[in-house]
Amino acid sequence: MKKIALGLSTVALALAAANSQAGEVEVLHWWTSGSEATAINVLKQEMEDAGDTWKDFAVAGGGGESAMTVLKSRAIAGNPPAAAQIKGPTIQEWGDLGFLANIDDVAKAGHWDQILPPVVSNVMKYDGHYVAAPVNVHRVNWLWANPDVFRKAGASIPTTWDQFFVAADKIKKAGFIPLAHGGQAWQDATLFEAIALSEGTDFYKAAFIDLKDDALKGPKMIDALTTFKKMRQYVDPGFSGRDWNVATSLVINGKAAMQVMGDWAKGEFTSAGKKPGIDYICVPAPGTSGQYTFNIDSLAMFQVDGKDTQKAQKDLARLILEPKFQETFNLAKGSIPVRLGMPRDKFDTCADSSMDAFNAASASGDLLPSMAHGMAVNSMVQGAMFDVITNFFNTESMTPEQAADKLARAVKASM
Amino acid sequence: MNTNTANSGSKKTQSGRSARFSLADWMPKIVLAPTMIIAIVCIYGYMIWSAVLSFTNSRMLPSYKFVGWDQYERLFNNDRWMVALTNLGIFGSLFILICLFLGIMLAIFLDQKIRAEGALRTIYLYPMAISFIVTGTAWKWLLNPTNGIQKLMIDMGFENFKFDWLTNPDMVVYCLVIAAVWQASGFVMALFLAGLRGVDGDLIKAAHLDGASTFTTYRRIILPSLKPVFFSALVILSHIAIKSFDLVQALTNGGPGYASDLPANFMYTYTFTRSQIGMGSASAMVMLGCILAILVPYLYSELRGEKNEK
Amino acid sequence: MKNNPVARKTSGVSKVLRIALYTVLLAMAFFYLMPLVIMLITSLKDSEEVRNGTLLSLPAYLHFDSWTKAWSGACTGSTCTGISPYFLNSFKIVIPAVAISTLLGAINGYVISLWKFRGSDLFFAALLLGCFIPFQVVLLPMAQTLGWLGIASSTTGLVFVHVVYGVAFTTLFFRNFYQSIPGELVKAARLDGAGFFTIFYRIILPVSTPIIVVTVIWQFTQIWNDFLFGVAFSGFDSQPVTVALNNLVNTSFGGKEYNVDMAAAIIAALPTIVVYVLAGKYFVRGLTAGAVKG
Repeated sequence: MKKIALGLSTVALALAAANSQAGEVEVLHWWTSGSEATAINVLKQEMEDAGDTWKDFAVAGGGGESAMTVLKSRAIAGNPPAAAQIKGPTIQEWGDLGFLANIDDVAKAGHWDQILPPVVSNVMKYDGHYVAAPVNVHRVNWLWANPDVFRKAGASIPTTWDQFFVAADKIKKAGFIPLAHGGQAWQDATLFEAIALSEGTDFYKAAFIDLKDDALKGPKMIDALTTFKKMRQYVDPGFSGRDWNVATSLVINGKAAMQVMGDWAKGEFTSAGKKPGIDYICVPAPGTSGQYTFNIDSLAMFQVDGKDTQKAQKDLARLILEPKFQETFNLAKGSIPVRLGMPRDKFDTCADSSMDAFNAASASGDLLPSMAHGMAVNSMVQGAMFDVITNFFNTESMTPEQAADKLARAVKASM
Repeated sequence: MNTNTANSGSKKTQSGRSARFSLADWMPKIVLAPTMIIAIVCIYGYMIWSAVLSFTNSRMLPSYKFVGWDQYERLFNNDRWMVALTNLGIFGSLFILICLFLGIMLAIFLDQKIRAEGALRTIYLYPMAISFIVTGTAWKWLLNPTNGIQKLMIDMGFENFKFDWLTNPDMVVYCLVIAAVWQASGFVMALFLAGLRGVDGDLIKAAHLDGASTFTTYRRIILPSLKPVFFSALVILSHIAIKSFDLVQALTNGGPGYASDLPANFMYTYTFTRSQIGMGSASAMVMLGCILAILVPYLYSELRGEKNEK
Repeated sequence: MKNNPVARKTSGVSKVLRIALYTVLLAMAFFYLMPLVIMLITSLKDSEEVRNGTLLSLPAYLHFDSWTKAWSGACTGSTCTGISPYFLNSFKIVIPAVAISTLLGAINGYVISLWKFRGSDLFFAALLLGCFIPFQVVLLPMAQTLGWLGIASSTTGLVFVHVVYGVAFTTLFFRNFYQSIPGELVKAARLDGAGFFTIFYRIILPVSTPIIVVTVIWQFTQIWNDFLFGVAFSGFDSQPVTVALNNLVNTSFGGKEYNVDMAAAIIAALPTIVVYVLAGKYFVRGLTAGAVKG
């Protein structure tokens, strides 16, 4: 046995030695849909141009659930990947545990403090030091619509939730699916978040950022939950467990009229060869035109051994913020660059309006972190909210009052 | 059960024998040592470690701030956990009963000098060979109302046919039962078929000479003699039921809502995605408790049974 | 086997019964085959047919494109290698893990049933309990152990994990089988001067074929089909085929390619299906020979 262990560790040492020779970065991520993969390929190519080796460690499935398991197992085993796709408050959690690498020197050389909006750079810092590189900014509160379906149904694009239901009834009557939706907890939360946002910025802040008890079970929450439950009648029976991009393809193919989803959905429209304003329409989710819930993707840098690996890791951080990468990546993924002052000529009207909205919301104080995408609260609170929201949506007998009460209790229990 | 073993060996060597024999006496222990170490560290060590963690407030990674029974209290106040436990109750009992019923039935049927028995047996058995990560995709498709069996029946002209259990929170747990039965019942069939083939032929002949019908023979003579098989099947099936994880992960991912969650999935989600290692460990301890409740009587009867036979 | 309780009567009633029997058996066969058949049919259609046809409609003509794509062209993230490299990884994990755990199980079973010593029964009971530990519990401590041994994120590490959690089952199988070997056999051999390993090698192993077959089949399927350990303990280049399949199925490029998914699923399941089809007979025979007498 001992001999085996000895033999094994020799093999491992040999492997480790082999690993440290080349400048390699192992990047753990769950960008696996078509548009996401195109986007990540851009980065891979740039890394290889810089003389480093990119080791792609994609673990697909369920909003990164498996990927997080891998990351934890790797971190505990003492060999975390050089970079991993984590974001929001989770970056702080990993920072607390002392796993993240300081990349202040890259940030300084690239003037990150100047080129990044403060709302972005704050998330990327742990204890005042940069530990992660932001990739893009997604707007979450979007409504995607197929104008063809609207025309056939004689409906018009809604700007409030009341109008939404009027349009949805017409669309349903015309034989289309009014709302393309996938019954996964995070998608339910994305839809709910957009509805709650229409109850006002102050309410959103109180409920999803400050987690105030009276907001969580107050009348506005009950109102939002009531609207949310109504949506259940406008999704097709096969929605359960459906992936978001399959739902998007229902809109693309003209089987469904609308989808409430972040702008990663645009990536799917783009890779299907569709043009904004002609084949599909992007508008802010009803009742939230001045507001902006953001979701920032980022790669956090883990402490790794080996000079070459560290060099490659820093190359990666540097390249992510280069204008060229920011442009090509975000064109493919549907999001907008995190870098301020980027030329806009290549971006389409949706991205253009997203950039304007970002600046406007930032000035008016309506720029808000997304709860559904782990930007507002940590994974424990987020999970507790998901449970209540998704259960409420799928349980016919539960009233909005009960759900609000449950929400408040679940949040309290998870803190 | 034949249990005449050579256990008297060790007694003899104690009274002084050659060095070769005393080495032989140590040999069994030396040989068992690696497995023993593995069991102590990787099974019991980890279990104790989890038990300890269930009394701490560990979140993202293990920590050792003890909080007493808090995590258990929170666990049983958690709606989702209660759903998972209830589901395990429904799923487990239905799954075990249906598998046993189908398994015994198919085994008896196959035992009737059937043509092409080999082929049928293989067909019944093969689902056990395939992981649910593989077949989950196909099942998800079959059970999905918009493109599965429901659509097939509607296309065939049964306009009002409805089969939407997968999207119905009250029925989704039965989808898990269907898929799990599909996977494991063939294995139970194999166990019972093996048992039937091992039954003493003279016994059956004697029963027939006494004028017993086929049905009576099975009920009175053959099945009772298969008690050990019955027991093995029960243990294996409850083991599969409690550990069911891939099944839920691939078929429903706990949905709709969390209506189809099982304890193993609850534990995984809380430990790894929710960063609630303390509560995840507490749920694991409850699962272990359930397993012990099933297994200890089995082990007890197994080991006691041997003593009686000596 | 000759004394089958159904006498060969040819009366009308038994004929009807016989037909009913076959009907039930065939209906069940249909139930068991359905998912596989649908997977197979779907994998042979092109995407257009998948979208427009029903589940059971046969493909107009056979497309093997999705098979080649699943094998060597489908993408996950930025890697487009299909599942073939992972298929190889699985073999690298399964073969040593099955060999080691079977061998350990055989020796353990041999000791526990034929060389009993004080505490060996207790040890067996403890090991049996170990079969039932929920594997999710061990992920974190095992990760730490693997890191400490220096074999984390490698196929070696996965072999280690599978041996550790497989040996309880293999021991159980062999122990139950060896229970039926008379102790006198070993006693007599010892009086003739045969040692521990000689007896094992000369007397025990030659009669163990049925149970070895059962154990190998069981372990092979268990390890090949494992997903949880595979995803938690593999590196980017040591993922087994189940993990690759999961990645592939969850990856979609503007609409799902069900035909490729299904082809990949069948490829991933082929080795175990082949094992069951070829060795299924011996599996039942091995079970008869003792494994079920637990």
